[in-house]
Amino acid sequence: MSFVNTAVPKVDAPALVTGKPVYTDDIAPKDCLVVKILRSPHAHALIEEIQTENAKKVPGVECILTYKDVPDKRFTMAGQTYPEPSPYDRLILDQRVRFVGDAVAIVAAETKEAAERAMKLIKVKYEVLEPVLDFHQAKDNAVLIHPEENWKSLCPVGADNKRNLCACGKEEHGDIDAVLDACDYVVEGTYHTKANQQAMMETFRTYTYMDTYGRLNVVSSTQITFHVRRILANALDIPKSKIRVIKPRIGGGFGAKQTVVTEVYPAIVTMKTGKPAKLVYTREESQIASTPRHEMEVKVRVGADKDGIIKGIDVYTLSNTGAFGEHGPTTVGLSGHKSIPLYGKTEAFRFAYDVVYTNVMSAGAYRGYGATQGLFAVESAVNELAEKMGIDPVALREKNIVTEGQVMPAYYGETANSCALDRCLEKAKEMMHWDEKFPARDLGNGKVRGVGVAMAMQGSSISNVDNASVAIKVNDDGFYSLMIGASDMGTGCDTILAQMAADCLDCEMENIIVSGVDTDVSPYDSGSYASSTTYLTGIAVMKTCETLKEKILAKGAQYLECSREEVDFDGKKVFCLKDGREISLMEIGNRIMCNNEDALFASESYSSPVSPPPFMVGMAEVDVDQETGEIELVDYVAVVDCGTVVNPSLARVQTEGGIAQGIGMALYEDVVYSESGKNFSNSFMQYKIPSRQDVGTIRVEFESSYEPTGPFGAKSIGEVVINTPSPAIAQAVYNASGVRVKELPITAEKVYWGMKK
Amino acid sequence: MEVKFILNGKQTTADIKEDTVLLDLLRAKGCYSVKCGCETTNCGLCTVWIDGTPSLSCSVLAARVEGKEVTTLEGLQEEAAEFGAFLAAEGAEQCGYCSPGFIMNVLAMVRELEDPTLEEVKEYLAGNLCRCTGYMGQLRAIKKYLEMKRGTK
Repeated sequence: MSFVNTAVPKVDAPALVTGKPVYTDDIAPKDCLVVKILRSPHAHALIEEIQTENAKKVPGVECILTYKDVPDKRFTMAGQTYPEPSPYDRLILDQRVRFVGDAVAIVAAETKEAAERAMKLIKVKYEVLEPVLDFHQAKDNAVLIHPEENWKSLCPVGADNKRNLCACGKEEHGDIDAVLDACDYVVEGTYHTKANQQAMMETFRTYTYMDTYGRLNVVSSTQITFHVRRILANALDIPKSKIRVIKPRIGGGFGAKQTVVTEVYPAIVTMKTGKPAKLVYTREESQIASTPRHEMEVKVRVGADKDGIIKGIDVYTLSNTGAFGEHGPTTVGLSGHKSIPLYGKTEAFRFAYDVVYTNVMSAGAYRGYGATQGLFAVESAVNELAEKMGIDPVALREKNIVTEGQVMPAYYGETANSCALDRCLEKAKEMMHWDEKFPARDLGNGKVRGVGVAMAMQGSSISNVDNASVAIKVNDDGFYSLMIGASDMGTGCDTILAQMAADCLDCEMENIIVSGVDTDVSPYDSGSYASSTTYLTGIAVMKTCETLKEKILAKGAQYLECSREEVDFDGKKVFCLKDGREISLMEIGNRIMCNNEDALFASESYSSPVSPPPFMVGMAEVDVDQETGEIELVDYVAVVDCGTVVNPSLARVQTEGGIAQGIGMALYEDVVYSESGKNFSNSFMQYKIPSRQDVGTIRVEFESSYEPTGPFGAKSIGEVVINTPSPAIAQAVYNASGVRVKELPITAEKVYWGMKK
Repeated sequence: MEVKFILNGKQTTADIKEDTVLLDLLRAKGCYSVKCGCETTNCGLCTVWIDGTPSLSCSVLAARVEGKEVTTLEGLQEEAAEFGAFLAAEGAEQCGYCSPGFIMNVLAMVRELEDPTLEEVKEYLAGNLCRCTGYMGQLRAIKKYLEMKRGTK
């Protein structure tokens, strides 16, 4: 029996589809204090005075905390492996507020109504300061967003709080200026991607309580269970041993929950009061005080010789990290590292970047993590290059794409050991009927139908950093407990890791129970981010199964009274190769419960020296109304190389879902601020995410390579799938309207005014 | 104030405030399938039936259900499991957070529309947002579920 590469339903599906209470707020104690955050109305201000006396008199109010009540010890909310590249620039509450919506006070009360009444009675006197709202003006601005002396950067990322710099850097390979000067065709452009909200259906939420042993217990909707423990210890200035973090079912994450958005607030309330507390963000709070995608402006120069060989790519990225530096230094890297390497024949590249602080909400991790922004720019530039050269953009790519076995200088010098990008292009072309449809055709009803193409890559875990561990034990009756430290956030890792374990242990999936993350008992895992779980935790599963099998064999041999070399294990029984005697796993499981000194328990860790990229091609077909500029997405074709497809239905849904989010980014989604820094995109009325009527038809196929370092040949899939819609749709719109929109989202208004020019 | 209504077939009485919304009342009554996704009637997660009609419980005052019959997924467990199996076969429940509201509306749709077309399905369910799946898997599940329903008639 094999489970890998079969469409096994998710192990938690029956509970989810019948609406069982399995999420954070469903299981929070009913007597929890309700925590609310009073937020700043100013983009930049100092709190001169804050009066809470009247608010504290509201019946049911338990505590009100201000900046005077929290440790003066800066930390980052970014869920990253220590030492975090993100600067330590936050306090739980600060005297300086840095965006409209920044936390000013924490209110905890017996009811929501009491907390809300108390919030209205808190009197705050602000010294309003000039904000920095234009990220072009942030670097070396006279107004400093983090002037504080205890601001700290732990890693050499080029951060300097006295210059409003969260990070900066440059890397070069070859002489890019000379190479581009010698090119017959050079295209230069500036591409601007906006902040987007992950908009997972379950907003940020956490509840906390003190347990029997006087330890802080934290139940949170998070992708980074272990990092939450460390970050809370930093923020609260208490030992990590005093904290336990548990992850229940998660209602979506997409990177948003790779940042500790809500955890610190109920945690400090419970620490101060000893009482259970919960904080459930409203959608408005999730929209205005969270961790959206970094806005980036990416300048690209790309050049080719007369034969259409792309010789050089020059990328400069300006990234807006907002008020705090969560994921600022790392997201920007992907804008170059995961766009330039798609082109395998370049002789030179340059990638430079600045990441700046501004007075808008902090950006954070969002699926694609900078690659999405960089790929919009580079893929759009390559499409323009093809047009300038008068050749088909697919043909241009066919000549230039990275191929299997090639070294990728712009991708940390790694080799593409598995790459079916060529087959992805071929298959996508065939599915879209590209040759007949490119570039556009008039539908005769006032609309023109155009097509566009883009490619993408991502990584599979952070090489030499991410760490996955798995533990498996044999129980009585011979069933297994699979304990993982990775967080299933709805993506299905509890299921696919059990599929892998079942194949490694030659058993049925029913024979394996999966335990989600509890920092007290689960083996350490850096968390579910950076497209790491299938690839990295998958290998940890395989290693653990091998170790456990050895222990089962040894125990079976002991019970059969023969040597280890004389026995084998077929998943159901250990048997003697000489005389055929056997003992079932069930019997072994039961016998080890009595008079036994060898635990049938194994735990292994894995960290990868490489991060093999998945690849994909996306093609969009859109109708553009020639009178109004209205855009309708008709068809989207995606062909993905994620190595071996571990679970075809889950991989397909991941792809379709990523593309739908990418469509939202391309056509609708934009976090918009007023001139004074107020966030206008504070609900699903103002911030539109795609409905089922907006995504046309999404068609997905897989062209699998085999990744030699991956589990069963698998690479990642979670992030790569969000990267193609923006550049592919932008080109399809151009082909249908003649308007190149280089600042997302591509709205009817922009197309209309473009056509009017 | 007091409100009397039928919740999933059972006569229920609740002490509520004038401004209590139905969503909060239902969760207080243990109907945890009812989720809040947006507070502004845009996402469909809080969909329940009031006298058999799908309604967004985040924007209905609890006082409005006086004498009415309210149904949540807790009251439709068998049907939820039946359709849910089709959804799970496609992997299209994903995080599952929007599933209860979505399934409430799917089950309302199959009662209301005889043999709906793809466009009718999309229109009926347009108010049920999902951020994970891109909707295609949900449509595949609905198509197969409708085929099964037709086959068993």
